Amino acid sequence: MKKCEYQQIDPRALPTPTPPHHRGDDDGGGGGKSDELKRPRRKWEVFPGKNRFYCGGRIIVARQSGVLPLTLGLILVTSGLFFMFDCPFLVKHLTSCIPVVGGVLFVFVVITLLQTSFTDPGILPRATPDEAADIEKQIDNTGNASYRPPPRTKEVLINQQVVKLKYCFTCKMFRPPRTSHCSLCDNCVERFDHHCPWVGNCVGKRNYRFFYTFIVSLSFLTAFIFGCVTTHLALRAQGGKGLVFALQESPGSAVELVICFFSVWSILGLSGFHTYLVASNLTTNEDIKGSWSGKSGEDVTNPYSHKNIFINCCYVLCGPLPPSLIDRRGFLPADESAQTSGADIEVPTVATKSEINVVGGSSQLVNGTQEAPSPVPALPNSHHDSSSA
Amino acid sequence: MAETHSLQDLQQPAVSSKVFVQRDYGSGTTCRFQTKFPSELDSRLDKQQFEETIQTLNNLYAEAEKLGGKSYLEGCLACLTAYTIFLCMETHYEKMLKKIARFIKDQNEKIYAPRGLLLTDPIERGLRVVEITIFEDRSVGSGR
Repeated sequence: MKKCEYQQIDPRALPTPTPPHHRGDDDGGGGGKSDELKRPRRKWEVFPGKNRFYCGGRIIVARQSGVLPLTLGLILVTSGLFFMFDCPFLVKHLTSCIPVVGGVLFVFVVITLLQTSFTDPGILPRATPDEAADIEKQIDNTGNASYRPPPRTKEVLINQQVVKLKYCFTCKMFRPPRTSHCSLCDNCVERFDHHCPWVGNCVGKRNYRFFYTFIVSLSFLTAFIFGCVTTHLALRAQGGKGLVFALQESPGSAVELVICFFSVWSILGLSGFHTYLVASNLTTNEDIKGSWSGKSGEDVTNPYSHKNIFINCCYVLCGPLPPSLIDRRGFLPADESAQTSGADIEVPTVATKSEINVVGGSSQLVNGTQEAPSPVPALPNSHHDSSSA
Repeated sequence: MAETHSLQDLQQPAVSSKVFVQRDYGSGTTCRFQTKFPSELDSRLDKQQFEETIQTLNNLYAEAEKLGGKSYLEGCLACLTAYTIFLCMETHYEKMLKKIARFIKDQNEKIYAPRGLLLTDPIERGLRVVEITIFEDRSVGSGR
């Protein structure tokens, strides 16, 4: 080819040339992703945590649903048997309020259970690469990060109490107070209480009130059904007929009796425990670790408590509910396609990350490492030495 | 990677750097940002203006998270309806967030954009930081 004065553009270096009005971002490196980039994508599709989304991102659950189907099944079966076998008899012999009360409790239980399971518990979105770089700059004086640095903490003074903020290596930020990283969901969750396998989700700031209402109404429902079934069987066994006869007449009641008897104690205990936590504005996580119990001999008190049981209860259960920070249904901006392709490349390595979590017990090995050969230019802190122990 | 420069690219100002204003946890988990003036903005912005912006933001967030009669009423009503009311009603917090978004847009238009800066709404960064983008001053002979 003859060399001209102007620079000839090599057609092979151009992106797919047909649309003359491309968005200004270079699709050249994307390759197979160019078709998908034409359809605007929502943020839940590139969410880095271990969650699953349904209904276009409106419903969020943990990747492992745990025993949520079992919980739902038990509740539905027990309540179904109650309405079928016990209610007709009790309405005839006692009062028709019984199915009404039972129905209200059942509706409350199911709705709050679904809300606890499907609501974002207060997940903190991970730091953007710029933020992470800024924090690194503030911490690292050596400038050489080829080895795993020691755990980083920052101390803040909250209501005259010293609180240590830990650095999260997965989310690349200092965790706000009361925030904890759930390894099952791979997210930092605000006011992290615990990860509940029965509801298949973390319990955190945004769904704690749903969870509390769920266990309280479930304990009422279980106790109510237990009481009604006992009354039913007692009434049937009257007149010298005996308990066995009563059970034979109403076999469903036997099943309910067993289920309720074994679950009522644990659920009542759990409700009582969480009532104590609500009244003192504590989380299960803090209570188990003994963060504010003064075990180390220092004079520590809970800095978040309002020092009044009533105010604590009002705050935890009726306080303002912050909206979800992860904006699942928002659209990805076009100019962040380079960043999202970085995030997409991270997604296939989630499997390796989870292996590291299981074996190593910590996610501190993940420092922007990428197993796949990445066409994206190196992010800060990414290096090939990923298997450093 | 071969890049084709379109006229649109040349007209967009280049990002010189980003400054992050971190959260202030001194009063607990309520949303507050530090009012310390970042040194990178020294040449572009008045300290007082910056502090005013951040203080107003802090006040708006405090109002959103305020425990008062109205928020308790909202909470109790929600509890009685098994929280289904959240499906149809906008909470006080969400209304305040919209107000904050309008405030930031207003501040950007009046104060920050003329100085080549851009405030990013903290909600887009998970309420962790107030991100201030500093654009390269490409204006030749504008005398600002």
